[in-house]
Amino acid sequence: MSTATHTIQELANKEYKYGFVTDIESEVIPRGLNEEIIRTISAKKNEPQFMLEWRLKAFRHWLTMKEPTWANVHYPAIDYQNIIYYSAPKSKKEGPKSLSEIDPELLSMYEKLGISLQEQERLSGVAVDAVFDSVSVATTFRSKLAELGIIFCSFSEAVQEHPELVKKYLGSVVPYTDNFFATLNSAVFSDGSFCYIPKGVRCPMELSTYFRINAKDTGQFERTLIIAEEGSYVSYLEGCTAPMRDENQLHAAVVELIALDSAQIKYSTVQNWYPGDKQGKGGIYNFVTKRGKCVGVNSKISWTQVETGSAITWKYPSCILQGDNSVGEFYSVALTNHYQQADTGTKMIHIGKNTRSTIVSKGISAGHGQNTYRGAVKIMKGATGARNYSQCDSLLLGDKCGAHTFPYIEVKNSTAQMEHEASTSKIGEDQIFYCKQRGLSAEDAVSMIVNGFCKEVFRELPMEFAVEAQKLLGVSLEGSVG
Amino acid sequence: MLEIRNLCAGIGGKEILQGINLRVNAGEVHAIMGPNGSGKSTLAQVLAGRDSYEVTKGEVLFQGQDLLAMAPEDRAREGVFMAFQYPVEIPGVNNTYFLKAALNAIRKHRGLPELDAVDFLKLVRERMKLMEMDDSLIGRSVNEGFSGGEKKRNEIFHMAVLDPKLAILDETDSGLDIDALKSVAEGVNALRSKDRAIVVITHYQRLLNYIVPDFVHVLSNGRIVRSGGKELALDLEAKGYGWLEETVEAAR
Repeated sequence: MSTATHTIQELANKEYKYGFVTDIESEVIPRGLNEEIIRTISAKKNEPQFMLEWRLKAFRHWLTMKEPTWANVHYPAIDYQNIIYYSAPKSKKEGPKSLSEIDPELLSMYEKLGISLQEQERLSGVAVDAVFDSVSVATTFRSKLAELGIIFCSFSEAVQEHPELVKKYLGSVVPYTDNFFATLNSAVFSDGSFCYIPKGVRCPMELSTYFRINAKDTGQFERTLIIAEEGSYVSYLEGCTAPMRDENQLHAAVVELIALDSAQIKYSTVQNWYPGDKQGKGGIYNFVTKRGKCVGVNSKISWTQVETGSAITWKYPSCILQGDNSVGEFYSVALTNHYQQADTGTKMIHIGKNTRSTIVSKGISAGHGQNTYRGAVKIMKGATGARNYSQCDSLLLGDKCGAHTFPYIEVKNSTAQMEHEASTSKIGEDQIFYCKQRGLSAEDAVSMIVNGFCKEVFRELPMEFAVEAQKLLGVSLEGSVG
Repeated sequence: MLEIRNLCAGIGGKEILQGINLRVNAGEVHAIMGPNGSGKSTLAQVLAGRDSYEVTKGEVLFQGQDLLAMAPEDRAREGVFMAFQYPVEIPGVNNTYFLKAALNAIRKHRGLPELDAVDFLKLVRERMKLMEMDDSLIGRSVNEGFSGGEKKRNEIFHMAVLDPKLAILDETDSGLDIDALKSVAEGVNALRSKDRAIVVITHYQRLLNYIVPDFVHVLSNGRIVRSGGKELALDLEAKGYGWLEETVEAAR
């Protein structure tokens, strides 16, 4: 057997590190989906009337929709009546007000994940909004941020405390009619994060959310809304893990970003949901709608994602470049191993003049993994002077995986400048042998080559995330990174 | 240091090396010459442990140990270095980072503490000075976008940092113009030492004007057909490989 194949087979045998289940009493509602369930969710969350109406409109619309089949992914039909749409850790007190009030088991779980809130609070200055199943359990650093007028809280709290902002922006980028999964989310979403940066404020720390799916058979439908007012800046980090379970779990999230004049939003994701076992059993279905709107002139939205988990990933973080001179960026690393499938990419919609977009996508396929890049660049009629640069690279490990690229380009303004580059390469035996001849193990060689391949994306990540992402790639492919 | 006994090896069922015998001591520089297809590069690859080659007979001892039983990375960690004829590009991997990982893997194997970034950079600077190299190869990805000459110089730079006991230079002169050749040869000469053995594999004599060997061996059809001092290379230059092959045929 050749060295490369051998290495890859070793890699294919590694286990999921974050697959523990935390034993915490949860409050759940019955399985299934109907108007009654939606009313229950809304009532449990003590929502104002406009929220309930919005949810119901979404639900009624959802009933008229069909699940999309155009993505290059395959899975058995999902029984939407067999999902529990709400699960919350039972808290002894109502609503924790500081870390000390949080269930110690929860905290120890975060420690297992390597994201001890206290540690983060003390050492790295990251404010964390941790979403455990459906309710946001902790938001750190709130008071410090509040001094600057920054609102960073769970979505539920935002609904209670800032209903006017929620009402104004909810659904303004991803309307409740948008697509099957986004519409479902609009009907049943249970919590998420909310962030508002006032005019001229530069958020002094990275804001971070850590999602984790714990309860069995629950779907997680979180919703994130970030609004950056004129001249503001925010960098937002999102990390995800889930315990190992044999059943597939559905995760259908929606993220909406709004950047007003000269505002900048940088959104980074490290997604490590449970990918299923070596035979492809279990794992998360990650069907996510993420979209940002550069509403104002000179605004900028930048997506960076490292997708190593989930049985199936279906997501296209996109930018609507409405303001003149606005900028959209998408940097992505997607890794599929074993029987994972990913259909991911972006949409850049150029509406304003002199709008610019950059797409850098790195797909890595190992085992029987199938990796699809799907991207659309649209230059609308009024987008004079628009420019796009796209680069899609695929790296194959072994001979049983696949890489696919579907770039769509639609240009309605002849002044547009478009560049597209694509490459597909295999980790060669020559490269591995070269590394070994210098004394490196095959495992370290593969990690090094893969990390080198992803470098352009990693350097877009905030420092601590870049380190985590490198480690995660190593873990997803083998044990460690050299 | 290195003892090759009756080594036979091939690829895809085709026998290329047909009984090589060679002994190389510390401090010596051996040149292995031969026409195309004589088995020079096969010998280098087999010694480095490329698994597409199959050893059918014979043994190789390195410092008394069975070299052929070791994995390629363990050979490297024990002190065997090969400068590649075609150095491989590794996009996105910084040359210095790569070398630091390699050196630390070697040090770990030998029970030495790993070098931190500061100590490693100190070593790199010192080696660069010894090699009279500028730092143009340092900040770039391993061999990516390097010219032919840069790639070969980078191989010798790797050798300088990793400090092997046995260095095998596989056609390090191929594709180089005379200036690049000189610069590479000066690098190698700076690394000659009484503790290190160097095996220079080359098709042409001209490299040996700059790296003067202690011994010259001529390989033909998978066998060493003639061994001698540095003057053997000059004879070959004058008379060509045909001359030797004829005398070998005549002797049979």
